[in-house]
Amino acid sequence: MTAYIGKRLLAAIPVILGLSIIVFLVMKLIPGDPAQALLGSYATPDNVERINRALGLDRSWPEQYVIWIGNLLHGDFGRSYILNRPVLDEVLERFGATLILAGASLLICSVLGILAGIASAVRQFGWTDRIVTFFVLIGISMPAFFLGLVFILFFAVQWRLLPASGMYAVYGGGDLLDLLRHLILPAGTLAIVATGVVARLTRAAMLEVLRQDFIRTARAKGLSENVVIYRHAFRAALVSVIPVLGIQAGFVLGGAVYIETVFQWPGLGQMLVKAVSTRDLLLVQGGVLVAATVYVLVNLLADVAQAMLDPRLKA
Amino acid sequence: MSQNAVDIRNLVKTFGGGRNLFGITASQVQAVRGISLHLAQGETLGIVGESGSGKSTLARMLVGLERPTSGDMVIDGKPWSVLAETGPRAFGRAIQYVFQDPVASLNPRKTIGEILDVPLRLLCGYDSTKRAARKKALVDAVQMPADTLERYPHEFSGGQAQRIAIARALAAEARILVLDEPVSALDVSVQAQVLLLLQQLRDDLGLSYLFISHDLAVVESISDRVAVMYLGDVVEIGPAAQLFASPQHDYTRALIASAPRLATSDSLI
Amino acid sequence: MTDMSLTPPPSRKRRSNWQLLMANRLAAAGLFIFGLIVLIAVLAPLLPLPDPNITDQPNRLLPPLSERHLLGTDHLGRDIVSRLIWGTQISLIVGVSATALAALFGSLIGLVAGYARGATDSILMRFVDMLMAFPYILLAIAIVAALGPGLLNALYAISIVNIPFFARNIRGVTVSIRNREFVDAARLSGKSHAAILFTEVLPNVLPVIVITMSTTVGWMILETAGLSFLGLGAQPPTADLGSMLGQARAQLFTAPHASIIPGVMIFVLVMSINLLGDGIRDVLDPRLRSGALDRPMPVTRIDRRTTPPAKLTDAPALVVDGLSTGFDTGDSITPAVRDISFRLGKGECLGLIGESGSGKSVTALSLMGLVASPPGVITDGAVYIGGEDVLSLREQQLIGLRGARVAYVFQDPLTTLHPLFPVAEQIAEAVLAHNRVGKRAAMARAIALMNTVGIRDAESRAKAYPHELSGGQRQRIGIAMALANDPDIIIADEPTTALDVTVQARILELLQDLRRERGLALLLITHDFGVVAQVCDRVAVMKNGEIVEQGDTGTVLRAPQHDYTKRLIACVPELGEGHGFLDRVRPLFEEART
Repeated sequence: MTAYIGKRLLAAIPVILGLSIIVFLVMKLIPGDPAQALLGSYATPDNVERINRALGLDRSWPEQYVIWIGNLLHGDFGRSYILNRPVLDEVLERFGATLILAGASLLICSVLGILAGIASAVRQFGWTDRIVTFFVLIGISMPAFFLGLVFILFFAVQWRLLPASGMYAVYGGGDLLDLLRHLILPAGTLAIVATGVVARLTRAAMLEVLRQDFIRTARAKGLSENVVIYRHAFRAALVSVIPVLGIQAGFVLGGAVYIETVFQWPGLGQMLVKAVSTRDLLLVQGGVLVAATVYVLVNLLADVAQAMLDPRLKA
Repeated sequence: MSQNAVDIRNLVKTFGGGRNLFGITASQVQAVRGISLHLAQGETLGIVGESGSGKSTLARMLVGLERPTSGDMVIDGKPWSVLAETGPRAFGRAIQYVFQDPVASLNPRKTIGEILDVPLRLLCGYDSTKRAARKKALVDAVQMPADTLERYPHEFSGGQAQRIAIARALAAEARILVLDEPVSALDVSVQAQVLLLLQQLRDDLGLSYLFISHDLAVVESISDRVAVMYLGDVVEIGPAAQLFASPQHDYTRALIASAPRLATSDSLI
Repeated sequence: MTDMSLTPPPSRKRRSNWQLLMANRLAAAGLFIFGLIVLIAVLAPLLPLPDPNITDQPNRLLPPLSERHLLGTDHLGRDIVSRLIWGTQISLIVGVSATALAALFGSLIGLVAGYARGATDSILMRFVDMLMAFPYILLAIAIVAALGPGLLNALYAISIVNIPFFARNIRGVTVSIRNREFVDAARLSGKSHAAILFTEVLPNVLPVIVITMSTTVGWMILETAGLSFLGLGAQPPTADLGSMLGQARAQLFTAPHASIIPGVMIFVLVMSINLLGDGIRDVLDPRLRSGALDRPMPVTRIDRRTTPPAKLTDAPALVVDGLSTGFDTGDSITPAVRDISFRLGKGECLGLIGESGSGKSVTALSLMGLVASPPGVITDGAVYIGGEDVLSLREQQLIGLRGARVAYVFQDPLTTLHPLFPVAEQIAEAVLAHNRVGKRAAMARAIALMNTVGIRDAESRAKAYPHELSGGQRQRIGIAMALANDPDIIIADEPTTALDVTVQARILELLQDLRRERGLALLLITHDFGVVAQVCDRVAVMKNGEIVEQGDTGTVLRAPQHDYTKRLIACVPELGEGHGFLDRVRPLFEEART
């Protein structure tokens, strides 16, 4: 197992390098000359050349990339010129809030999705199945940003049950209970769509497995239906559900962008949207890189979990 | 100078062994380890062996679907390397292949007419009137009704599909056929019919067969000579009757002893 | 030999894809709503609508059902109906174009990677992995950040982000098609690689591309609307549904209708597309169509025309009386086996032989209610184990007999053993299912059983997984599992068909020894007369779901009575017969043709 984890970790390095190359290239797509943009009306050819040399922009792209990645490895993600503070500080501060939101949603969608998927597969074409299928369909057709607004309208405005925005109450908040109260609406909204996807795939995986020959063998042994379903079938289905959970991790990290905007959650997503509209590119770059790296690591965890379940994958 | 349909000398095929990203060499498998044999004109050479004996790898190399690691092959008077340079059409004109699973070897989304059309057009270069005539003749040769051409593969049973696959192999007008377990997927009564068809086609058209099977009795019924393969080697080769009557190699003996037969029923009970 | 008899025969009347789609009420509803939305959006320039961009400050935020403004006005006094229709048009165009772009490039990458394999595959798929390594929408945001906000840039961003999804799906299908023999056959017919890829492989991949598109287009519309909602997509004055919602958000508390109307519109649009997409998937996926993904019940449905006596006195170990099983096709039940009767005594071996489709496996599985149901139904007859009809038992009682009194050995041990559990654990499970013993005792019994069936180093092989064993060893595990509770009857369904002949001989020997030592009654299902001759005392010959002849093995083989049996036995080549075999069978088929 250790060898397998080591192998996966090694394999993650080129992926993370690849990410950085893509981010680097995307930033190079930006139309216009950065020096010109920076200097504005002071853009004499002399000044432009000086700035270019100062920023290293006169070098070849590969050289620029090596310098850039070297800086990243030293923790230097540059400075946000709008916020006037180091990018990394801002990103890390924001990222904690996003992790809480995304983590809670991932937990909810994994548990609910798997349970609903199993229930729906076991009672295929029954009422449970129909109800689950109906909610799944609503979940995957519902724009999360709209659902968030509707929830605010009802739970916060109409019924005054839960706070509409923010992470903590402005006065007197700050404890765990306060955080949870603020978390329910955004995490619930974000989880609804993801739950639909997980439930749907769990159902499909269970039905696929239930038709396998080894399930017939389990029945021929005289095992009770519960053991057949929850031990034999579920175990095999889980192998194909786990990578889906990995993908959902990316989905909730990305979906957090909408939710944080709607609920004023002080996370990375909200920061990114602001940074894009103010064209604070270094901040966008830093935020995307950090989120993507975390996502790669989460998927690595999913890979390892999958290999622990399925000995055939370790070979 | 050789009169043989196929000549194989010191043929080796090794799978794997490539290096991955970190320079670690993957494990190697020697599927075929230095085989030499020949197939005379008009002869049927049977090849028997169990799974992993390398018999299918040998067949796939012969028709150019797999590249040998080392060794020489001469097919219909032309060296393998020359055929490989000329491209797949050169192979197709010299040697054809009949697959084990007849249903998988026909594209489910093409009519039989479309399937048979391809070799006639690309390998023989016939115009459309000639092709139409040839297609009718081919379907007739494998004893299938004429309306076969307009139908799709799923409308046929396994035995019928195998007849169609044989027709496709014949369409190329190659003189050599590699038959890779052509009757293994078929029921016994259908199996006998396909064997009869193969025998008749060989005699009528003067074809040479390389007939691969794991079933000793089937191989014996149609082959002139038989080669026994074991773990990538030919352990024994000889005229069919002689080889089965007095096997020399231990493995051949074990194979023959294991084959279930009808006659022993009384002795066992 | 593949036994197709377990899959139900296709229903007689083939319905067109369109009819199938319309038969699905949800999909038809989806199509209707979607068609209506598209129609209105397309006709937008012809409809008598006010200009969607004319502002009218005095009439701002009018509620729905106001005069001249059916759905009211927004914060600039613009007519919501008009904006909604024009916005829907934009959302549709952008969503569909993004899907088309992603499908085109993604499918191309997937096709080429899956077909070429090797280095091309690695490079293309590593690139796709990189794109996939970004959390979903963040890459789109980075791209929009670089290109600048705007509808077209959002479209590009969404397409690029979705390319990996298509590429991966299509590559998977292409690889499986690439391995089919017709691709090799086309190559030998002289086709070039490009021709094979586009004329042989693509037609088979196309349904998957269509399915993937129909199930993602709704998603793409949601994502473009999302970018517009954040202000990164459509820029004023152009408005799609997302930006309408985004702009109205500021007035959420005072004029909720301005937010809710475009939100509901997005939801209805996407929902209708998803309903339709699911319908298309159900029609095009052959497995869903054939019911191959229906959940099988624990026991085959039993719906007998007659009620046979529940008990027999003086019965041998197994008596099957008038058993009939069929497959429910929805309209009617297609019989698979009819009126099967046979007896099997202690220590005896009965061979059930037949060609593919003869119903021998269905018979074997029916005995303990293991025919997958739906669609299987046992329609008549009785199965007496020790004189008691198991088909009259309650479900729990029948399950209690499985593996205890009657055990099964199946054909391919690689697929019939659970791939994720160590082999000894699987044997122990069978012990635990019927005995109140501890886990440790069950494991000890499992290892003892592994010794019994001739697995060397049973202790160390106990923790092995099925894929780590050879085919012969796996089948020995299958047999050990069957022996776990000292059953009276073992039903072996083609137990050696997946094995090489030398291995087959040893497995048959093992079954013979066990039968003699333990006085087991053995029901052996096979297609091979050689196997029957070697192992069985008596044989029953099946054809088209019926037993046409049964009797002592020696008698049936030497002097078959039924024409079918005669012909079947005549068609078996015997070792040592040489070319004589073909001369012998030729007259059989010449008669038939003339």
